[in-house]
Amino acid sequence: MRKKEIPVNYFKAEFPSNSVNESFSRGICASFLASLDPTVSDLCDIRTAVSEAVTNSIVHGYGDAYGVVYITGETFSDGRVVIRIKDKGCGIANVKEAMKPLFTTDKSGDRAGMGFAIMKAFSDRLKVTSRPGKGTTVTIIKNVGKNGR
Amino acid sequence: MNVKCEIKDKILYVSLTGEIDHHSAVGIRNDIDREIYKHAPKCVILELSGVDFMDSSGLGLILGRYSKLSALGADLKIADPSPKTEEILRLAGIDRMIPIEKGVKRV
Repeated sequence: MRKKEIPVNYFKAEFPSNSVNESFSRGICASFLASLDPTVSDLCDIRTAVSEAVTNSIVHGYGDAYGVVYITGETFSDGRVVIRIKDKGCGIANVKEAMKPLFTTDKSGDRAGMGFAIMKAFSDRLKVTSRPGKGTTVTIIKNVGKNGR
Repeated sequence: MNVKCEIKDKILYVSLTGEIDHHSAVGIRNDIDREIYKHAPKCVILELSGVDFMDSSGLGLILGRYSKLSALGADLKIADPSPKTEEILRLAGIDRMIPIEKGVKRV
């Protein structure tokens, strides 16, 4: 078994699934990464991917009902950043289908169904694990440190 | 988020400033739709140079206005997105449906 790698730095946060916290979640991730001296583009990519994942938890996971969104960030010595966004919401029955561009469960026509496509495009690796009725965890991995460029 | 609108010769100019996410999109949508119904423009120009963050909620907002305007027989154009916003628009293929123009004046 591979030894668990110890992060150089990490944070853990949680907040209620209020849409006002979408902006807060982007802000804490950006602040957390500031010490790595990331490029403006890398920072924007992470902010966007985090915003998509948190919005999914709020809109889909909890369906605009009350819930808690958990977020953790880790940085590693090779410049890798790992951000995990977790909810204990309704989960996704078919992750593969949900990740297809333009897939949306929204009926109003105001959701583009591009959340996962954007998360995928803006991260170096994206992992989604979900169990219906239990919740969803999205892991965003991006190389932003000097070694990652 | 700030929404500024100006109507001139049946063209509705909408300048957005700030961040477009799921939280702010509802207010922006209501503001734009109110102006559309008030003025019945033949074209809406969505000026995005002041937008410093946009995620897929912005795509939903734009696509929603596009179908609304199409139903009303009006056009939608996007003006001056930041490079990152343009990347997201192109990723979703919006540039193939809605023209993206450069150098449009802000209102």
